[in-house]
Amino acid sequence: MNHDAYDDNYIRAILNSVKSIAMVGASPVNVRPSYFAFKYLAQRGYDMIPVNPGHVGKSLLGKPFVAQLADIDRPIDMIDIFRNSSHIMPVVDEALKLSPLPKVIWMQLGARDDAAAEKAEAAGVKVVMNRCPKIEYGRLSSEISWMGVNSRTLSSKRAPIPTQGMRLSLNRMSVGGGETAASDRAAKNKSEP
Amino acid sequence: MTDRHPGFSTLAVHAGAQPDPTTGARATPIYQTTSFVFNDADHAASLFGLQAFGNIYTRIGNPTNAVLEERVAALEGGTAALAVASGHAAQVVVFQQLLMPGDEIIAARKLYGGSINQFTHAFKSFGWNVAWADSDDIASFERAVTPHTKAIFIESIANPSGSITDIEAIAAVARKAGVPLIVDNTLATPYLIRPIDHGADIVVHSLTKFLGGHGNSLGGIIVDAGTFDWSKDNKYPMLSEPRPEYHGIKLQETFGNFAFAIACRVLGLRDLGPALSPFNAFMILTGIETLPLRMQKHCENAKAVAEFLAGHPKVAAVNYAGLASDRYNNLARKYAPKGAGAVFTFSLKDGYDAGVNLVSNLKLFSHLANVGDTRSLVIHPASTTHSQLDDAAKVKSGAAPDVVRLSIGIEDKEDLIADLEQALTA
Repeated sequence: MNHDAYDDNYIRAILNSVKSIAMVGASPVNVRPSYFAFKYLAQRGYDMIPVNPGHVGKSLLGKPFVAQLADIDRPIDMIDIFRNSSHIMPVVDEALKLSPLPKVIWMQLGARDDAAAEKAEAAGVKVVMNRCPKIEYGRLSSEISWMGVNSRTLSSKRAPIPTQGMRLSLNRMSVGGGETAASDRAAKNKSEP
Repeated sequence: MTDRHPGFSTLAVHAGAQPDPTTGARATPIYQTTSFVFNDADHAASLFGLQAFGNIYTRIGNPTNAVLEERVAALEGGTAALAVASGHAAQVVVFQQLLMPGDEIIAARKLYGGSINQFTHAFKSFGWNVAWADSDDIASFERAVTPHTKAIFIESIANPSGSITDIEAIAAVARKAGVPLIVDNTLATPYLIRPIDHGADIVVHSLTKFLGGHGNSLGGIIVDAGTFDWSKDNKYPMLSEPRPEYHGIKLQETFGNFAFAIACRVLGLRDLGPALSPFNAFMILTGIETLPLRMQKHCENAKAVAEFLAGHPKVAAVNYAGLASDRYNNLARKYAPKGAGAVFTFSLKDGYDAGVNLVSNLKLFSHLANVGDTRSLVIHPASTTHSQLDDAAKVKSGAAPDVVRLSIGIEDKEDLIADLEQALTA
């Protein structure tokens, strides 16, 4: 699995298939990125579970916080890790003890741990690193185009009206296999000494 | 569903545009409105806090402009773009994100005269300094790097000289210095050169020129390549530090590889204000749909006119990189194999006065200060666009006193050659 550049089909299949997402490191502070990613994904119809031991007893947008993944009372399709790269491995270890296993472990923008990814993939879990599910959802649905972002998708069908709580189609035609030349180059430059 | 790789012409027509959600309108509507209603108070707060995607006020974003932004980002191979009122506005917004008072940029000497003025005079009043370097001497860029250097700025095809810049060589200098390379790609357009493929981190355009292409609407655009790590050395606090105006959001942390375009929008355009009219965005979008066709014709005509002038007894020299004899022909073959553009200069054996006479004798070419129109244009840079430079600086920027600049349009080339012939012999 190339974790420098993901094919759109890989990301699209994940966002189209998962239903429940546990967000590790979710913050109740409404100016933190984890808060608004949580809110956005909840509004798009995902069953969101906030995981943060510091906020047990409180809830986030009506969803009660749990202290750890093992405390969740139902199977989880995806774990979205909002922690720094140095805190990824313990969360992955915890996730791999779940039964049934999650289908996807997703590490947020800026977070990457290749050893943890390898371990998860060896257990049959799909991994995404250094991406934001909100941005990817917004990109594949072209909702993010309001911000002048290159969604790298085309469509000749009438656009859906983006309203609160609406699930948008992600099945648009992708441009260039999922990554821009620029992001390929960025990945390449990073691997150079 | 298989991912395909649509070609440039398909992107020029389709990227960013989709039938209107409400009416089904197929052409992109002109959303001529200042503001957009919120769903509720929470939606409003989310939009203002950069937490949701959506429209607030046309100074920050507009649906017509957004189509233009995504289209140019797609054509350039960038992650995102921001459209603004003019090419000059694009440059101010870019540098406001990168520079603090006392910082420096390194700029190629061969630049559009308006950019030389902006950098030399307007930027000076902001405390931003410029070090000039010579695109024909890559080492001059390396020598100009100081601890205060924050960016390198070049034109892919220089105005007015039409010379081709070795983007990859200068990108290597920028990478070594740890600063972004900014390329003004106005004269090439992404149809001829895609600077991001050659190492550019930011691309700017005057959309007024070939992209819009019809001489009817001003506009500018900033394209984020998504390649630069703004947080690495803490040299770019606008992108790496918590922003007080947005509750402490760090833009790169939040927006990843399109953080620079977001900074230009929410810190630059929002606070400086040079918004593009949605009507102009519509006109420019319509122009871009035919960009590939027009650029082919522009380049074909330019080459024919350059060959005619090169063989004319009254012409001293023609500077067109598309000619096999030109010093920039090798760079043109490498960077612009589809054509060397349609703006170039030539000089007359009888010097300044002959240049002035030629301009007044032309009947089809229009004498005006623009390039990249469907119509063929002519100007004498030394007395107009580059008139504020001293003679030495004029020569270095490619606008010596005996030089005439042409911007070749998409008329029939035989008519353009006939007009030049009669004006040269009149």
